[in-house]
Amino acid sequence: MRTFDYERATSPAAAAARVAGTPGARFIAGGTNLLDLMKLEIETPAHLVDISRLAGLDRIEETPEGGLRIGALVRNSDLAADRRVRRDYAVLARALLAGASGQLRNKATTAGNLLQRTRCPYFYDGNQPCNKRMAGSGCAAIGGFSRNHAVVGASEVCIATHPSDMAVAMRLLDAIVETVRADGSTHAIPVATLLTLPGDTPHVEHGLEPGELITAVTLPPPIGGTHVYRKVRDRSSYAFALIAVGMVVQEDGSGRVALGGVAPRPWRVEDADALLPRGARATVEALLTGAKTTSENAFKLPLVERTLVSALAEVRP
Amino acid sequence: MRHSLALTVNGQDHALELDTRTTLLDALREHLHLTGAKKGCDHGQCGACTVIVEGRRINSCLTLAVMHDGDAITTIEGLGAPGDLHPMQAAFIKHDGYQCGYCTPGQICSAVAALDEIRADMPSHVSPDLDAPATFSGEEIRERMSGNLCRCGAYSNIVDAITDAAEERV
Repeated sequence: MRTFDYERATSPAAAAARVAGTPGARFIAGGTNLLDLMKLEIETPAHLVDISRLAGLDRIEETPEGGLRIGALVRNSDLAADRRVRRDYAVLARALLAGASGQLRNKATTAGNLLQRTRCPYFYDGNQPCNKRMAGSGCAAIGGFSRNHAVVGASEVCIATHPSDMAVAMRLLDAIVETVRADGSTHAIPVATLLTLPGDTPHVEHGLEPGELITAVTLPPPIGGTHVYRKVRDRSSYAFALIAVGMVVQEDGSGRVALGGVAPRPWRVEDADALLPRGARATVEALLTGAKTTSENAFKLPLVERTLVSALAEVRP
Repeated sequence: MRHSLALTVNGQDHALELDTRTTLLDALREHLHLTGAKKGCDHGQCGACTVIVEGRRINSCLTLAVMHDGDAITTIEGLGAPGDLHPMQAAFIKHDGYQCGYCTPGQICSAVAALDEIRADMPSHVSPDLDAPATFSGEEIRERMSGNLCRCGAYSNIVDAITDAAEERV
């Protein structure tokens, strides 16, 4: 690991200003992803601003509109255990509990989970070309071992997936990210647009400004319905998704659906939601329009459809 | 770059001055000479480094010591000692819940905290009903302990040991 300076932040706005104004500075909170990558020198911050003890960012509060405001530092385990989340946003609790291990969920934060990096093995291997790790160096996954890689939303230069389960549920629930910038101004960004598609610049993963700090994630009022999160993986626990289906279905058959494990960000196509009453085939065709597979990940297309068939059967017995 | 910090480990206060890169695991092992917590993968994948910080089990390899200034930490050495074993330690011996023993301190710290998590009504991936209180079962233990790998494959005896310890504490 490279050497770095360390300081503890005093307020969200001060932290944002500090990171914006210090070359090579990064925020650290749970650290489970950043430290992993620092040990491999894939991340090499010269300065860490520790936001993990900022007061008030570890609370879950009800909003005046009837939703929930989840502080950026709320641990994944605490969010999944919250009685309001379990009752009104079950797909979020289920997605959180499908991710990582008990130890990691006790450390990982809400904001850090959203901004975690891909687990593409070539991103992790400093001896391989990777346009995300080093812009312009090439992509070893295209033509390489690509079983876990994206089938939609990817580009000619990067086929990495976003690994989060939680983010799929946040996207499904139309969550909004609250941020503070270095100048102290606050902003609201839908999770739908927070994470960007790779295009020609896969090293750019979000639209946040330098130093812009996520302070909370807000959920709109509960939408009712039956909540399902189905994760398909190579072992039954503690593995990233091959594919995942998050879904909320109402009694009249209408609903919404989002996918994990198939794209560079949580994948939702609003037009596909309207097709849910017509069944899995029509819905998946809309969700995966323009899918581009490799010989190793083509199985994800039928797997998404079969998982959706199974999930729909669960909610419409 | 060095930084000073204080840790309370197994009830004992320590003042340290460490390179900022020092993980909590390295602080415990290399500086406080508490070698119970083990370095397996050093990337949060195996669970051998599991310790209990402020009541929560975490991977001590994936956190910086400097971020834990003032925290109370329990390692396997603090759970019990020869002649005065923690019930979970005794259950692992009774059920032969290990072979080589390298993963065992992490398994035991993780198991103690996992039972606390059930008592604190924290659900898991296999909990059938999120509205119901979290309950103990063999299936729950297998899911909740999935962050602790055992390369000797002592899993069935580990589940037996944790089940025994859980029943004793009910």
